[in-house]
Amino acid sequence: MSSNAIHIDVHHVTRVEGHGNILVDIDNGEVKTVRWSVPEAPRFFEAMVVGRDCTEVQPITSRICGICSIGHTFSSLKATESAFGITISEQTRRLRKILNHGENLQSHILHVGYLALPDLLKVGSVIPLATTHKDAVLLVVKLHRLANETCDIVGGRTTHPIRTCIGGFTKVPTEKELAGLLARFESAIPDLKTLAAVVKSVAGGLPDFVRETEYVSLTDPAEYALYDGIIKSTDVEGAIPVDQYLRVTNEYMNSQSTAKWAKFNRESYMAGALARFNNNHTQLPPLAKAVAADLGLAAPCCNPYFNTVAQVVECVHSVEKTIEHLQWLIDKGVKNEPVSFKPREGRGVGAVEVPRGILFHDYTYDKNGKCVKANCIIPTNQNHANIQLDMDKLVPQFKDRGKDELQLMLEMLVRAYDPCISCSTH
Amino acid sequence: MKPKVAFFDFACCEGCQLQVANLEEDILGLVNLVDVVEFREVLTGSAPEYDVSFIEGSITRPEDEARLRDIRSRSKVLVSYGACAATGGVNKIKNLWGNIDKVKKEVYDKDAAMPHLETYPTKAVHEVVKVDYFVHGCPITRSEFLKVVKALVFGTTPDIPQYPVCVECKMLGNECMYDKGGVCLGPVTRAGCNAICPSNNVSCEGCRGAVPNPNNNAMHEVLAKYKLSVDDIKRQFTMYALDPEVGK
Ligand code: SF4
Ligand code: SF4
Ligand code: SF4
Repeated sequence: MSSNAIHIDVHHVTRVEGHGNILVDIDNGEVKTVRWSVPEAPRFFEAMVVGRDCTEVQPITSRICGICSIGHTFSSLKATESAFGITISEQTRRLRKILNHGENLQSHILHVGYLALPDLLKVGSVIPLATTHKDAVLLVVKLHRLANETCDIVGGRTTHPIRTCIGGFTKVPTEKELAGLLARFESAIPDLKTLAAVVKSVAGGLPDFVRETEYVSLTDPAEYALYDGIIKSTDVEGAIPVDQYLRVTNEYMNSQSTAKWAKFNRESYMAGALARFNNNHTQLPPLAKAVAADLGLAAPCCNPYFNTVAQVVECVHSVEKTIEHLQWLIDKGVKNEPVSFKPREGRGVGAVEVPRGILFHDYTYDKNGKCVKANCIIPTNQNHANIQLDMDKLVPQFKDRGKDELQLMLEMLVRAYDPCISCSTH
Repeated sequence: MKPKVAFFDFACCEGCQLQVANLEEDILGLVNLVDVVEFREVLTGSAPEYDVSFIEGSITRPEDEARLRDIRSRSKVLVSYGACAATGGVNKIKNLWGNIDKVKKEVYDKDAAMPHLETYPTKAVHEVVKVDYFVHGCPITRSEFLKVVKALVFGTTPDIPQYPVCVECKMLGNECMYDKGGVCLGPVTRAGCNAICPSNNVSCEGCRGAVPNPNNNAMHEVLAKYKLSVDDIKRQFTMYALDPEVGK
C-alpha cells in the first residue's frame, strides 16, 4: 500500500443530489491537487421570477429543489410577506412548522437510511440491505412514508406543496386527519429509538476527522430554530438580523463550480444539522437530547461526518415538536382562514432552516406586486467552500491509507454534508 | 431476465426522481420487476446498455446534449419523465427573455462571461433525441409512473390520458375556479394528476402540458361558459411550456 502516487477522479459522486466531482493527485508522496468541483447546469431561477406576479414567485422558486421544496416555499413566502407587511395567524404558523418538520424528517431519513447507511454497512446502495437488513429498511421506509404523508395531508402534495400561499393556506386539513397523524407520530417514537440504535451500532465506522470551522444557522430564543429566527454564527457575539444576510453570505464565483460559494469570518463556514446542533443544542426537547448523548454527539462537534448523526437527533426533535403542534391544532380546532393582501413596493428577505441548513430568499417588488429583483442563497452554496477545506485537510492526513480508503472517505465526506448540488446551482 | 433500467438527470430539481423514492414500499416491489443498474442519486454503479432509460430534466448545454445522445444510443427504450424533460418545464421561462446573455447577467452579473457558465435556450428531451414515452407532471404522479413502468415490463403501451384536467375535476365535484372568480388552465391541460391543484383550491398551471389537439380536445363547455378561447387562457399562463405536440 503505497501513498507515493494516488490519482482519484470521481466523476459525479453517487448517492448525493446533483452532480459533483472529486479530483485528487498525489505524486511522490506530495499532494498536488485536491479539488471539489460542481459542473451542474445552472437554471437561472433569479432571472425566471423577474417580471412575474408575486403569486407566481413561490410556485416557481419551489422548483429550485425537489427535496426541500417546502423550505423554499416558506423562505419565498416569508420574503414576500415581509415585503408586503403581511402577518400570519398562529394556525398558519403551526401548520407551516409541521410542514417544515415533515420535510426535514423526510429528507434526513432519506439521507441517513438510503444514502449514508450503505457506506457504513459497506454496500453500494440500499437495495441489497432490503434483503440483509430487512427490518431496518422497513423501519426507514415507514418513517419516510409518515413524513411524506404529513406533507401530503397538510400541504396538499409532498414535493412542491399546493396549499401554501402568501398569507396562509388555500385549504386546511380536517381535525380527523390531524388526529390520525398525531396517533402515528406518537407511535413513531419507539421506531426512532430503534433507528438511533441501528445508527449507534455502525457509527464507529464514521471517520475520526476533526476540523474546526465557523458554524452558521438560525437561532430563536423560543425554541431550537427551524421556521423562525435570526442568524447566529459561532464566530460572532450576538445575533444578526435576517435582512442583513448579505453580511454573512458574501457569495462569490470561482472556476471550479457553477454554483456560487460563500464565506463569512473565515475562508469557509458550515450550515446544516451539525451547525444547528452546535449553535442551539441546549434548546432540544428531552428525547432528542437523550438520543444525542446516547450517540456520543456533544457540542461543539467539529467532525463533519457527524452531520449524519445530528440529522438523526433532529429527526427525534421533529417528531417531538410535530406532536406538540398537532396537539395544539386539535385542541384549538382548525378553520379555513381566507387570506387577502395588497402588494406594495419594497423589498423583503425570508430565512428558514431547511434540511441542509440556512436558506435565504430576497425579493424586490414594484407597486403592482411584480418581482423586479431576486436573490436565493442555498445551504449547499454555503457549504461548498467548507467541503473543499475539509478535503484540503483530510487528504494529507489520511493519504497513507491508500487510494481506495481515501476515495471512500472523500465520497463519504461529501455525502455527510448531504449536499443539494442542483439546488445550489439553481 | 429482468429488464435493465437506468435513471439519469439533467437540469432540474430532481423532484421527479424523488417521487420514485417516495413510492415507499412499492419500490421494493419495483426492484423485483426490474434490475436498476444505474441511478446516481441512489446507488453506486453503471452499465454499458439499458433496456429502459428514464430521463429527467432539461437540456441547456452542449455537453449535456452529448451525454443525452450517448445515453440514447445505449438505450432500447427512452422515457422522458417530468415536465422539465417532457416540455422543458419551468426551465423554459428563461427562453421568454429572448436573450440568453441578459439572463446570465441577471444571475451572475460581472462573472457572466466565465466559460463554465455557458448555457443555451432550454430544450426538452425530445428536442434533442427520439423519445419513446412521456410521463408528465411537475412533479410526476407516482401512480402514473408505476403504471408506465409496469406497462413497459409487460410489453404493453402505457395508457396516458388524452383529455383535459377539467374531466377529472368535474368527476370529483370540485367547484370551478372560474366560478370562484379565478382562472385555470384545466380546460386545455392534459389530465392524469386527478386535478390535484383545483382540488386544493388552486388554479391548474398546466404542468402536465397541453392536451393533444387542444382545439378539439379542450373542455369547450368551460371555455364557452366563460367566453374564453384556447389562446386566451394559454396567454395567461407561461409558467410551463404548453407544447401540444408532446406525447400525443
Ligand atoms: S418536472 Fe418539476 S418536479 Fe420534476 S424535476 Fe422538473 S421542476 Fe422538479
Ligand atoms: S377550469 Fe379548472 S377548476 Fe374549472 S373544472 Fe376545469 S380544472 Fe376544474
Ligand atoms: S392540476 Fe394542472 S398544474 Fe396541477 S398537477 Fe394537474 S396539470 Fe399540473
